Amino acid sequence: MSLHRLTIHELREMLDGRQVSAVELTRDVLQRIEKVEDRVKAYITLDPEGALKRAEASDAELKKGTGGPLCGIPFSIKDVLCTDGMRTTCGSRILENFVPPYDATAIVKLKAAGAVLLGKVSMDEFAMGSTSENCAFGPPRNPWDTEYICGGSSGGSAASVAADECIASLGTDTGGSIRQPASHCGVVGLKPTYGRVSRYGLVAFASSLDQAGPLTKDVTDCALMMNVISGHDAKDSTSVDQKVPDYRIALTEGLQGTKVGIPREYFIKGLDPEVETAVRQGINSLREAGAEIVEVSLPHNDYCVAVYYIVAPAEASSNLARYDGVRYGFRDRSSDTLLDIYKNSRSFGFGDEVKRRIIIGTYALSSGYYDAYYKKASQVRTLITEDFKKVFETCDVLASPVTPTPAWKLAEKIDDPLSLYLSDILTISANLAGIPGISVPCGFSSAGLPIGLQIQASHFQEEKLLRAAYNLEQRMNISHLRPKNL
Amino acid sequence: MKITPQEISHVADLARLHMSREELEAMALQLDDILNYVAKLNELDTESVTPTTHAISITNAFREDVVKPSLPRDKALANGPKQNGEAFVVPRVI
Repeated sequence: MSLHRLTIHELREMLDGRQVSAVELTRDVLQRIEKVEDRVKAYITLDPEGALKRAEASDAELKKGTGGPLCGIPFSIKDVLCTDGMRTTCGSRILENFVPPYDATAIVKLKAAGAVLLGKVSMDEFAMGSTSENCAFGPPRNPWDTEYICGGSSGGSAASVAADECIASLGTDTGGSIRQPASHCGVVGLKPTYGRVSRYGLVAFASSLDQAGPLTKDVTDCALMMNVISGHDAKDSTSVDQKVPDYRIALTEGLQGTKVGIPREYFIKGLDPEVETAVRQGINSLREAGAEIVEVSLPHNDYCVAVYYIVAPAEASSNLARYDGVRYGFRDRSSDTLLDIYKNSRSFGFGDEVKRRIIIGTYALSSGYYDAYYKKASQVRTLITEDFKKVFETCDVLASPVTPTPAWKLAEKIDDPLSLYLSDILTISANLAGIPGISVPCGFSSAGLPIGLQIQASHFQEEKLLRAAYNLEQRMNISHLRPKNL
Repeated sequence: MKITPQEISHVADLARLHMSREELEAMALQLDDILNYVAKLNELDTESVTPTTHAISITNAFREDVVKPSLPRDKALANGPKQNGEAFVVPRVI
């Protein structure tokens, strides 16, 4: 039996029923990794011994009946979340040998729930990118066709889930980095409300936008992971002290009485017709499930990319000042003054896209430009947030495409940063407004590449969002499909 | 507006980055592209709009001012490229 193909909820039942042991499951997934990893290239660091040891401990707990909700389930982790004693590179040469002395809070929670950590997966350097090609250690591939990008920045997370190289993964999303690769790889990916999941130990890119969340094989697994990772954390003063519901309970109700808004501005010029067809079919499924569909408007969405590419680089230029070759990370040994250590270590350690964003951010914050760029962008950010507030007065959730096109070929857009930035136009607003968004598989392109449908909800309305996603998934009935040629 | 390689050189210096002549020229063109695009924000009148600094409204997050366990020194120093068991070591500054 191919255990690696199953979901968390299927496997938890089998583990509880002693039909399979955690060690058998972990071995099966490790064998799967051995078989496909040279084509998918999802992992930066793999820890088979650690995983098997952890699986043995899980079996002991399962025997005693004390196993947590994720006990014995093998996970991959985006390499931007700190793992105690396990190398965390952020896809960057500057952190190539960085071994964190502590776990991120989300990792503490996964471990406490019994998760088995397999290793760390690939990503765009410091989560800056939409293709994972900005990884210093080579890009992961799309399991549906390895000539294609898997999306980014949580590309390794999405690819490892789609290729069954793990059962589920934890990623992060600053402008679409969970939802976009989930869409391109045909898996479920949720960016929670800002403040729902602790950012402690999540290596910061843009602190007012970053949020960690699940990438899973179906919506039920997504809810199960949210149950574990959500909640207030004294170590993250921006996490919110609000009760965590059992997200799984919310799923199975129908959509009668649910109002689904279709934002006109998300069906932009340049939207691929195959994407539009698949998404419209998805919206029809929501209607069949009982939802009322209404057209709505988010008039300022067209400005979201411009806002984001000031706000995010500004925050990044400040956050990345910490990589100075002094306390951790790469130091250029040939430098003999402190200033040269800073400059040489950073210039060697950072890749082109990271440097580009540091330059944009430093420019936007530099003397004389602050009002024109950062302040202006922060004001338009307010307008974008108010648009959402207005539509959520009448709608429960919004349905739309996740990305304007299906995945493209590796290296196709690597030399044109602005056109890449524009491909984030349907996901960025959720981060600017802090609202949750999910990508659920809703179809395939004629080339056989997956297409996702995005559902967004108001702050802390993950239950509504997951319920709509679950109803869509039940009706589409494609979440169980896997790449054939892998 | 046209960004010059000299301006990029100044910004790179602020950001503690070295850039070659070619890198400065390429970056000037790319930044110019991006800022031209960003200029569309000026289509909007934001005179009376309060800037967003935080996506959700939270007030100050206070906690009791008590000492809690933190990383022991050896662990905090362990990733330092150069350290002497007590502190990170850098070339003499003064």
